[in-house]
Amino acid sequence: MIWRTARLVAAKDLRIEWRSRVALAQVLPFAIVTLTLFAFALNPAGGLLRAATPGLYWVTILLILVLAAQRAFVVETADGALDALRLSGLPPAGIFLGKAWALAVQLWLLEAVLAVGVIVLYDPTGKIAGTGPAFSWTVERAVLLVIAGLAATPGLAAVGTLHGALAAGSRARDTLLPLLVLPIVVPALLGGVRTFEAVLALNKRSASEGWPWVGLLLGFSLVAVVVGTLAFGPLIEEDPS
Amino acid sequence: MTSSRTGTGTGATRVLGLATLAMFVALLAFGLFNSPADAVQRDSVRILYLHVPAAEMAYVAFIVAAVSSAAYLWKRTRSRAWDRVANASVELGVVFTGITLATGMMWGRISWGVYWDWADARLVSTLLLFVMFLGYLAVRRLDGNDDQRARRSAVVCLVAILDVPLVHYSVEWFQTTHPVSSLETPGAIDGTFRFLHFWGLVTFLLGYVWLMMHANRIAMLEDKVAGEDLAVAIAERQREGVVPGATHGTAGVAG
Repeated sequence: MIWRTARLVAAKDLRIEWRSRVALAQVLPFAIVTLTLFAFALNPAGGLLRAATPGLYWVTILLILVLAAQRAFVVETADGALDALRLSGLPPAGIFLGKAWALAVQLWLLEAVLAVGVIVLYDPTGKIAGTGPAFSWTVERAVLLVIAGLAATPGLAAVGTLHGALAAGSRARDTLLPLLVLPIVVPALLGGVRTFEAVLALNKRSASEGWPWVGLLLGFSLVAVVVGTLAFGPLIEEDPS
Repeated sequence: MTSSRTGTGTGATRVLGLATLAMFVALLAFGLFNSPADAVQRDSVRILYLHVPAAEMAYVAFIVAAVSSAAYLWKRTRSRAWDRVANASVELGVVFTGITLATGMMWGRISWGVYWDWADARLVSTLLLFVMFLGYLAVRRLDGNDDQRARRSAVVCLVAILDVPLVHYSVEWFQTTHPVSSLETPGAIDGTFRFLHFWGLVTFLLGYVWLMMHANRIAMLEDKVAGEDLAVAIAERQREGVVPGATHGTAGVAG
């Protein structure tokens, strides 16, 4: 029942996103603008941009997460859809997992596009700046980069979904959600940045040094998904009155 | 609770309040004047007489809040009382954390030469704890009914408590190449420090209990007012003759 609900809810959310194309038409352009601003703010010729690439990439992902989580519950509160979802008698855990899954799928796609964008635009091999050690792509580096994104995203999506539901429908939603979500996802930021640094051989890190951080990302995701699944029920349950 | 009471003080809170005040004055007197300077840290050690008890009481306050939040979320023990305790305890916990951070930065400036060290897991996780519970206080101000607010804030409280060890662990792990923080190697703690630490802890604990009692009573009065103020306001307007129904004693809107 839970898995079936999750599949249905995820399919519904993704269908809505596909038809409205908010992620594609608004969130992604926002991310690209952010990356552009970083490039202007940190002089690319000085090597600063290259050194900061992992951090900028993951901070941008977190900003996107806040936007996407907000969006995931705008579609629910707009026509009282969240109330209808509650009335349907579907298990809250299933609703949570479905919404988190749909959010995770969107994040994965955006992460993939942004990773390509960063690699193309931010000169991570250091050829322009002429700084840093020799660096070239290997299979291990590419795999590490992909796995880190795969491992971190379920946790990010779970945190976003839980707090999106929490702030849904309130007037303070837009300002409250970043305040709640961003401090909680710091472990994912740390793990993601360290892994990316290992991938880009920054700070004299070898690629193999990235793997323990993937473990941290997996642990974060596991905790976030479990806690979110348990907490979502009490959060949206019917009022006893 | 009698309806004739105007404040939130009772005999018990007055005694507690005076005891806290007296012990705090004594703590300042001992800590500032009547104790020797540390051999290594010199006079900066005196900051720790405030810093350490404040940090410990912040932990206590957040743990009390987390337990109360869990008790509220569990349907069998659900009661407004747990919500009030959680809220009051977080408010005090945030104040204690603020004191911890402020005094810690002063101490760091003297002992390490910098106000802040991002490499120290304890500093970073305390800062994030502070920010997360500021988020909790923001959630308390969300619109919605009492039960909704209580459930939302209980979830925020538990998530924050669960996340802090993860933050601490990841920062600590990231910084394995850095020297161990001097906080971790206290060296020989002499008797004066031990005594003042104990004294400070008791002072802060008494202050915590004292303020908790007041905060709890304020919350109870607020609940009471929230249930009554519309009826009181209507009765007042009726007396003024603005709203019809004064002669019949009912609050009918249309005649």
